[in-house]
Amino acid sequence: MSVLMITVNGQAHEIDVPESRTLAQLLRLDLGLTGTKIGCEEAECGICTVLVDGTPVNSCIYPAFKAQGRAVTTIEGLAQGETLHPLQREFIRHGAVQCGFCTPGLIMTASALLDENPDPGVEDIKHALKDTYCRCTGYTSVIQAIQSAARHKHGAEPLPVNDPEVDEPMEVISRSVSPQQVVEKVTGAAKFTDDFTFPGMLFARTLRSPLPHARILAIRTEHARTLPGVRAVLTHQDVPAENLHGLVYRDWPVLCADVVRYVGDAVAVVAADSEEIAAAALGLIEVDYEPLTVVGDPKFAHSPEAPVLHPNHPTGNLLKHIKVRHGDIAQGFAEADVIVEREYHTPTTEHAFLEPECAIGVPAGCLDHEKLTVYVGSQIPYQDRNQIARAMGLPEEQVRVIGTLIGGGFGGKEDIAGQIHVAMLATVTGRPVKMLYTRQESLIFHPKRHATIIRIKTGAKRDGRLTAVEAELYGDGGAYASLSDKVMTRATTHATGPYVVPHAKIDCYAMYTNNVPSGAFRGFGVTQSAFAVEQNMDQIAALLSIDPIELRRINAQKVGVTTATGQLLRESVGLLETIADVERDMHTHHPSQDFAWTWREGHKAYAWGIACAYKNTGLGGGAPDKSEAEVEAYEDGTVEVRTAAADMGQGIAHVVAQCAAEELHIPYERVRVLLCDTDLTPNGGPTTASRQTFMTGNAARIAASALREAITQSVAEMFDVPPQQITYEEGLLRYNGSRVSVGEVVAWMKQHGLDARARHEYWAPKTEPLGSGGDMHFAFSYATQAALVEIDMETGEILVKKVLSSTDIGRAINPLMLQGQIEGGIVMALGNCLTEEFIIEDGIPWTRLLARYKMPSIKHTPEIVSRLVEHRAAEGPYGAKGVGEIPSINTTPAICNAIYNATGVRIYAIPVDQDALLRAVKAGQESIMTAWSDVR
Amino acid sequence: MKLWNHYHTPHTIPEALALLGDYGGRARIVAGGTDLLIESRAEGHAPHEALIDITTIRELCDITHDGETVMIGAGVTHSQIVKSTLLQQQAACLVESCGVVGGPQVRNVATIGGNVAHALPAGDGTVSLVALDAEAEVIVNGDRRWLPIRDLYLGPAQSLLNPSRDLLLRFRLRGTKPGEASAFNRIMRPQGVALPVLGCAVWIALDEEGARYAKARVCIAPVAPTPVRSEAVEAALVGQATTDATLASAVAAAHATLRPRTSKYRATAEYRHEMIEVLLRRTLITALERARSSQVS
Repeated sequence: MSVLMITVNGQAHEIDVPESRTLAQLLRLDLGLTGTKIGCEEAECGICTVLVDGTPVNSCIYPAFKAQGRAVTTIEGLAQGETLHPLQREFIRHGAVQCGFCTPGLIMTASALLDENPDPGVEDIKHALKDTYCRCTGYTSVIQAIQSAARHKHGAEPLPVNDPEVDEPMEVISRSVSPQQVVEKVTGAAKFTDDFTFPGMLFARTLRSPLPHARILAIRTEHARTLPGVRAVLTHQDVPAENLHGLVYRDWPVLCADVVRYVGDAVAVVAADSEEIAAAALGLIEVDYEPLTVVGDPKFAHSPEAPVLHPNHPTGNLLKHIKVRHGDIAQGFAEADVIVEREYHTPTTEHAFLEPECAIGVPAGCLDHEKLTVYVGSQIPYQDRNQIARAMGLPEEQVRVIGTLIGGGFGGKEDIAGQIHVAMLATVTGRPVKMLYTRQESLIFHPKRHATIIRIKTGAKRDGRLTAVEAELYGDGGAYASLSDKVMTRATTHATGPYVVPHAKIDCYAMYTNNVPSGAFRGFGVTQSAFAVEQNMDQIAALLSIDPIELRRINAQKVGVTTATGQLLRESVGLLETIADVERDMHTHHPSQDFAWTWREGHKAYAWGIACAYKNTGLGGGAPDKSEAEVEAYEDGTVEVRTAAADMGQGIAHVVAQCAAEELHIPYERVRVLLCDTDLTPNGGPTTASRQTFMTGNAARIAASALREAITQSVAEMFDVPPQQITYEEGLLRYNGSRVSVGEVVAWMKQHGLDARARHEYWAPKTEPLGSGGDMHFAFSYATQAALVEIDMETGEILVKKVLSSTDIGRAINPLMLQGQIEGGIVMALGNCLTEEFIIEDGIPWTRLLARYKMPSIKHTPEIVSRLVEHRAAEGPYGAKGVGEIPSINTTPAICNAIYNATGVRIYAIPVDQDALLRAVKAGQESIMTAWSDVR
Repeated sequence: MKLWNHYHTPHTIPEALALLGDYGGRARIVAGGTDLLIESRAEGHAPHEALIDITTIRELCDITHDGETVMIGAGVTHSQIVKSTLLQQQAACLVESCGVVGGPQVRNVATIGGNVAHALPAGDGTVSLVALDAEAEVIVNGDRRWLPIRDLYLGPAQSLLNPSRDLLLRFRLRGTKPGEASAFNRIMRPQGVALPVLGCAVWIALDEEGARYAKARVCIAPVAPTPVRSEAVEAALVGQATTDATLASAVAAAHATLRPRTSKYRATAEYRHEMIEVLLRRTLITALERARSSQVS
């Protein structure tokens, strides 16, 4: 301990702290300023940025004592009292805040830029924010917000908000209201799990397997237990009840007993007085392993030589064989005039949400917690509760899960992470226990997007009509099932693309391997199949000399056609309009009068590429899909919506608030939202499958409408007027020329023993399982995107200049925030195409550091034009259907089609390797089958 | 995870040396820490017993010019270099190479001394210092002296300096005169590799008419375990006319003598071979334009 003199946000501190502190630790742990977030501790992501004497630094690796005598500014120090800094205000106005976890870093980095450059251009902003990452927004709104704030700062008019055009806006629906808790997110007051502390709280760490496949011969914990400050060391023997969890198949040990199946499998957990002691204790646990044959890829997994990884699974390493059969495949190819058959490879990819996983367990009876309670930022709180209860041997009612804000999820926070471990450690120690994963641990631990091998054969007639699609997909499910069954089913059922295909035969093999488990990731398998489908489409178009846009128009799904799973599409199929939008925009955005798919300027080749996509909304496939919400009105005229539907930044909180405000005819500002407390909020179901707006939006809408009926009825009784004569206006009810406020009615209701509260359990329209030929899904969203790429023909470097998109989402509940979903989805998908790959070599992850996994930075952000098509879905809330995943599906093939058009080289593996691309160009090769990981 | 136990911020060189002595090999020098601390975390070693931060030693954090020689302290940050109008005139390639390192958060703390001491074969700042023929002032085993920067390198990530004993103090280089210029360029890939595929820095001096290369120094890296000058390329330039034919012969000399390797997940040898030509041409053309315009003005 040494004395540190430091000024933080204008306040001088003289504080005795360990010399080993980083500046971020000092701010968060010693000064309680939790607005500064820690994302990687590698100086990679930049979200921990603070200013030291006015210059931005990464506080996660900046020694606190390096700041001796200096002045530090954090996000908490930016606003002047109640008055927000122009950046904070403009980030809100331009919709540049989604999950909010990176927001403090973006704003602090930008504030240093504005201090230096009062009027930055787009390139200046890209230069300054190059290493400050955001995984949600795609940066377009961030750039606008910064430019707008700059203008505001020097007295100019702020920039207008790029609010998309929508059809028939209502009172609150289809209006771009501010998201919930957005002020807290821009000021650093917003609380994510790691921002919570409790008196007497312990810190936990997990011992993970260093081997991809091994038998555990012995685990010795004696030395770890005797380290001073260690309070508990637990192994499989300490799991109170069922030592398994899993969302679909319960195959994943809470703590491994006899065998480890991937690098990162949990073997023991430790709770100690500090994180440092817990980490030191891990080093004292001795585990004897006997290495076993590693199943490193799905094709080997399918071979008779491979060891069976889950002996209890009835089909061995074949986790699931998924089949689509439609028409007569032989006839389909017999009718075809042209056939294209190709094999495509997609890699394992990582969500890289900026908030690493964190969970806090508080034992029953401790600090006002009646039950065993787990605080966690999870996508599925009720299923967390179920899985915790089963492992702990408790009835579900004796476990409470409280959802905190979530710093991004994208599918990566659906499975159990530390929830059960902290429940066990808290119960054993009788104290609150926090388990925060390091970024490096998060990388190796959590389920990823499936690597796939997709062989796809497409047949078409001379006039362009598709006749048949035959496909075989291999998906690397990794060590545990997670959501592989569902994800690979979606890859399979969407493998015809959004087209009319009369004959289809598709087989998918989801395989167990000794790689990191694969699970949900935005796009849910469809991202992979679209990469193959849409490039085959362009090759068919070339063979037939049909324009690629025209080929898609000829085959596009529309109302009245049947999908390859036998579903008759009855409504809300806006694909043709999205194609028309994008075609029009391609001409508008083309640099010259005469449109051309490709052209050269010196050593730069330019080209457009196009791709279409569709994606189901909701679980579908016969799974019961329901969501419940409760709406309550208060005497002060406010309303609360309660539901356990996770908001990981996508915005279900403002969606349900808008639904309630619309139904109750009250201003949006009067609605607050309580999410994800299993004791206080009913079950909104999983945040997955682009389902929340449709499902929980409907639940909130219908509950609010029931509450409105109850309030109207009460007014009718209060004033003895017929209910049909009562009208609503701005939070007031009018009758007979008089008026009464909602709050007054609520007071009257309470006096008369009536609840000003309504609850609704919304059941989605029934769906049928794959193979039954019925409706597998109750709604689909559609999209078309065009990408304009610039290829440096001397270096192979690829720059995506523009992405033009049009998306049929039924209705935009909140147009600006929905546009943020689209922009963020596009940039995430651009990463899928060009930068991202989680590399595993024979079961050993090479991508152990965030430095080895580059998601797109602001530098990669293209100009994005996004249009909305609103083909109402009759069952959706106000006609809305899902948007979460659809933007992330067709960007990759659109870019690859553009690369082909520019270079003549077809891309069969991603992420695209500029090295291989250039070599192919030089050698006159027409394709590359290798990706970045093949450079060795 | 704790990366160090004690952190010292000495204000003078003797104070830093005394601290190193006190710890008897268990302390190590740190500057910005952006390489050292990240590597320490990645490798998961036990904490460093003590870190001795040299960026609080004022005299190591200045950029000066006496009309002939430019001095750059080892503790000067990449941002200081990028923003220095003096260096923009006197050492353009160094400014360019420091400008592409990291984002502002890293450049604001990462130092040129740290870049050199890390001894990577293709450290961006290092490549430029080699082309500028910089010398380094060091205290090695108690002996204070100047040596050519190239002599600091023993192998990949291995320098002459023992970080628990020695100090890197500053660099000196001759300023750029009319008719002289430098330039830097590099090729990256967008995937998870922080190191450049290939970097190239050149310094040239034209003859009085601006018609021929009078002198040239070229550093293309990585092509060897340490950053090295491409003497065959320099020889192909010196005395030759500033024409396309000379450029072509410089490229031919580079291709004939430089043998880049394939590095896993970074680049194939064939790609680097192609990039040698692209980078050398682009960098030389920029330097040539600069040298000519400096001659005119």
